[in-house]
Amino acid sequence: MTSRLTRRQRRRVWQAIQYAVFVAVLVLVVVLADWDRLANQFAQPDLAARLFPDIITIALRNTVVYTFSGFLFGLVLGLVVAMMRLSSVTPYRWVAGVYIELFRGLPALLIFIFVGVAVPLAFPGAEIPGGIYGKVALGLGLVAAAYMAETIRAGIQAVPKGQMEAARSLGFSHARAMASVIIPQAFRIVIPPLTNELVLLFKDSSLVLFLGVTLEQRELTKFGRDLASETANSTPILVAGLCYLLVTVPLSFVVRRLEARADKAT
Amino acid sequence: MPQQTPPADATPADATPAGRPEIEIRDLHKSFGDNHVLRGIDLDVAPGEVVCVIGPSGSGKSTLLRCVNLLEEPSRGTVHVGGTELTDPDVDIDAVRRRIGMVFQQFNLFPHVDVTGNLTLPQRRVLGRDKARAAEVARENLDRVGLADKAGAFPAQLSGGQQQRVAIARALSMGPEVMLFDEPTSALDPELVGEVLSVMRLLAGEGMTMMVVTHEMSFAREVADRVVFMDGGVIVEQGPAAQVITRPAHERTRNFLDRILDPAAVEPPVGEDPGPTRQPEG
Repeated sequence: MTSRLTRRQRRRVWQAIQYAVFVAVLVLVVVLADWDRLANQFAQPDLAARLFPDIITIALRNTVVYTFSGFLFGLVLGLVVAMMRLSSVTPYRWVAGVYIELFRGLPALLIFIFVGVAVPLAFPGAEIPGGIYGKVALGLGLVAAAYMAETIRAGIQAVPKGQMEAARSLGFSHARAMASVIIPQAFRIVIPPLTNELVLLFKDSSLVLFLGVTLEQRELTKFGRDLASETANSTPILVAGLCYLLVTVPLSFVVRRLEARADKAT
Repeated sequence: MPQQTPPADATPADATPAGRPEIEIRDLHKSFGDNHVLRGIDLDVAPGEVVCVIGPSGSGKSTLLRCVNLLEEPSRGTVHVGGTELTDPDVDIDAVRRRIGMVFQQFNLFPHVDVTGNLTLPQRRVLGRDKARAAEVARENLDRVGLADKAGAFPAQLSGGQQQRVAIARALSMGPEVMLFDEPTSALDPELVGEVLSVMRLLAGEGMTMMVVTHEMSFAREVADRVVFMDGGVIVEQGPAAQVITRPAHERTRNFLDRILDPAAVEPPVGEDPGPTRQPEG
């Protein structure tokens, strides 16, 4: 006969096992990793100091600019695609559906290469307005729009049907009701997921790397990689990473706050 | 040729040719797929008349009301309001709807703007009134429903009864000739029903043409010029309120009224009789 444990005893044993695994892994990493070499390669304070202020004034600034231009373009395009998805005109729904599947199904990198190579080939002489900023806005925006379109569509459909009926019964046309009544409410619903999309875009802006940029146009990843190869040391990569976290962690915090507030409001 | 629509601020007298009913429904049918909800409705509502439509749930009374401002598209038949045929595919439905106020069971206030915004947004976007004029009309109508002090509140901060009164004021701000009420008190706690009925009684007293789908038999008896009883998608009987409610001619009407007037048949009586004796204050 094995001795039967009480429920409390069983819980304690189970917790002890989990803590033991945690400590074991921690000890293994601490003991086995070559901390001196890591520190030498990734954390040289004097090298890190030399990155400033350029990493902020050029690289982080460009990352933010790229992100916002892509976000704004994506938001406008996403709204259009969402409206097409909800349109009563069947071909519009098809086009929107294909667009969404296509751009959600392709790696963002592929789309960047496409924007950088295929568009100039297809339209010789035609320049994407805004130079590199226009290209980035296009590349990031095309990807973002596909995700945002689905988010916005869900937001519009989450607005109770009675709102459209009330607006129509007051004499609003369908389009005016959308613009004055439905979309303002839908945007409140989709602010948390759209902010989340902003975080994703912030990270995806690193793909600018593949468009070929001048020194002044470098964003965080390109900047970090360039300086890492210049100095034959990876400290710039680590610092660039910290710069990303400087933005993404507070933004994620904001998203959680917005979501909590939205939950409370409903 | 679609008839010339009168200006939005026109009085009902200008809008309706003399002697013509304000609402004219002929041979109205409505199907949802295989579900034949309305099976041939003929109904006139005279200018200034208050008609209450009663009947069991599923009888088609809400659908009938929603056909009167084309929230539901009739499958067959015609609807005229103020002399304009709504069912004419060439008619500017948005222009006609401005003249028809609708009050919903679920209030349907716009939650993203405050009470004043709820009243001014439609006036400005639909009627093109300027901000000052719209605000003035909003104040007048909030005053009319006794909620002048809630102008800055958001819908979520109001009770159900207050929300419904704001919804009535919002519809009135458009200067309608006709008001449609779709079970306006069914979503309210019993103690809040009275304040909404008081506002509706006030409107009826002012001579507003009203079509009211309701379960409030005391209101119907007191305010309605005519009561229409519907069952199974047809009008079973209609007539003066006192006659239909107290001396119904048809078996189906009697059965329905027995069920609704004797709550003991549906729910155990708790202290007071919540049915026909429910009277608003004042």
